[in-house]
Amino acid sequence: MCGIVGLFLKKEELHPRLGDLLTDMLVTMTDRGPDSAGIAIYGDDADGFKMTIQSDRPGIDFAGLQGALEEATGERVTVRVLDTHAVIALPETAEAAARAFLGERGIRIMGSGHAMEIFKEVGLPKDVAARFGLRAMGGSHGIGHTRMATESAVTTLGAHPFSTGADQCLVHNGSLSNHNAVRRELVRKGFAPQTQNDTEVAACYISSRLAEGANLGTALEGTLADLDGFFTFVVGTRNGFGVVRDPVACKPAVMAETDDYVAFGSEYRALANLPGIETARVWEPEPATVYFWER
Amino acid sequence: MQTIDMAQTPLRELNSQLQAQARTTNQTSWTIENPKGAHAIAVGLDAPIEVTVKGSTGYYCAGMNKQATVKVTGSAGPGVAENMMSGTVIIEGDASQYAGATGQGGLLVIKGNASSRCGISMKGIDIVVFGNIGHMSAFMAQSGNLVVLGDAGEALGDSLYEARLFVRGSVKSLGADCIEKEMRPEHLEILRDLLARSGADAKPEEFKRYGSARKLYNFHVDHAGEY
Repeated sequence: MCGIVGLFLKKEELHPRLGDLLTDMLVTMTDRGPDSAGIAIYGDDADGFKMTIQSDRPGIDFAGLQGALEEATGERVTVRVLDTHAVIALPETAEAAARAFLGERGIRIMGSGHAMEIFKEVGLPKDVAARFGLRAMGGSHGIGHTRMATESAVTTLGAHPFSTGADQCLVHNGSLSNHNAVRRELVRKGFAPQTQNDTEVAACYISSRLAEGANLGTALEGTLADLDGFFTFVVGTRNGFGVVRDPVACKPAVMAETDDYVAFGSEYRALANLPGIETARVWEPEPATVYFWER
Repeated sequence: MQTIDMAQTPLRELNSQLQAQARTTNQTSWTIENPKGAHAIAVGLDAPIEVTVKGSTGYYCAGMNKQATVKVTGSAGPGVAENMMSGTVIIEGDASQYAGATGQGGLLVIKGNASSRCGISMKGIDIVVFGNIGHMSAFMAQSGNLVVLGDAGEALGDSLYEARLFVRGSVKSLGADCIEKEMRPEHLEILRDLLARSGADAKPEEFKRYGSARKLYNFHVDHAGEY
């Protein structure tokens, strides 16, 4: 199973409500997967470059982190702690030094970029949302996932969304059968997937295509030729939002569009309380067909 | 008329109330409000009652229906009217995958489009779709009639048994052992009746009929690749 949701806002007035709307959508999908939950959110006021990090011992690892990072990078750094995660803002030029420092301390980097923050943990969506204060977060678009694990262990790193490139993330309902072969190819190209998870390979595949210069639509189109298995993917980039389903399309998907937003849900239930849903265009995305929106 | 508001009434209570209606009930008209995509609404009914669901439903709406008429004013999620025995189910909007799957009787009318696997393994149900149907529809369909006013997706009627398929628009591709067949007067008669009963605006003469070539009924080594 697994439940996936996504919301791409077209009107700025709705931006403060993004976290609230997306949290409701995700909580509604809880019974499609109770193992872990996560959300990637694209904020409005990007305070420069930022990295979302995670630790199983936040009390120890995040204590004095700001000073230590400033010393290691020689730059001004801010650290905002949210439960097991923290969002670090720093100049993009200091990214490599920060990654080296965090790597040495065993602190995990969940994602980075100018707009995206990513929060995921083992547990029910409502609990994960409460721990990170997701409801209060604003932004332009976001995607979320509630997991019923099939392909790898129930851990924080096995939760979705997966981010394998700056401001890029992906959630997946399904399972891939050629992920080991694709992972080896990606490693040869210089990518470094962190887990044995199939979805991370899909995220990394899209990052590799975007890095080669493909646009979001072409990168998503590529999944149909190069990934084998069952999938409905929802993908976020700094300014874009995309959806693609495999040709067999067993994994459910419903979309809705109004003048205010584009929304995705594994089921209509996830969309049923969105503002203006009564008059929205609601449809089931076609198999093997790419849908994407960019601003 | 009885009204049940799903914002107030739990699903099981709603279904028990509807299932408790006897064949001779005088409470024949029911309205269900605020479905909001909930699963298994109005399942297992067995009385000649009329149920109108105001909104869209999730998985398995009107499953196993007997005698009742269930109308959904919005769209229906996967598996609507699955294993229906008799009665009528009408979807004003679209239906998701495997609508009418394994249905043994009754009439399912979808006024919008139906997605993949519509009528999979149907065993006597009649399905009329005003719009298009998705891929792998009528897979292993055994009996009954599937009528499509629009187009059909890939692999229509794959491994078909004795169900009759009528399509007015184009067929993207036929599945293994499914072929176009001659439209005889008795088929036009069946179509005329189904179109009239479902309120569809179409003429029987505009349709093509598809059915089983019956070449997969017995194992033949030349067909090994088709199984």
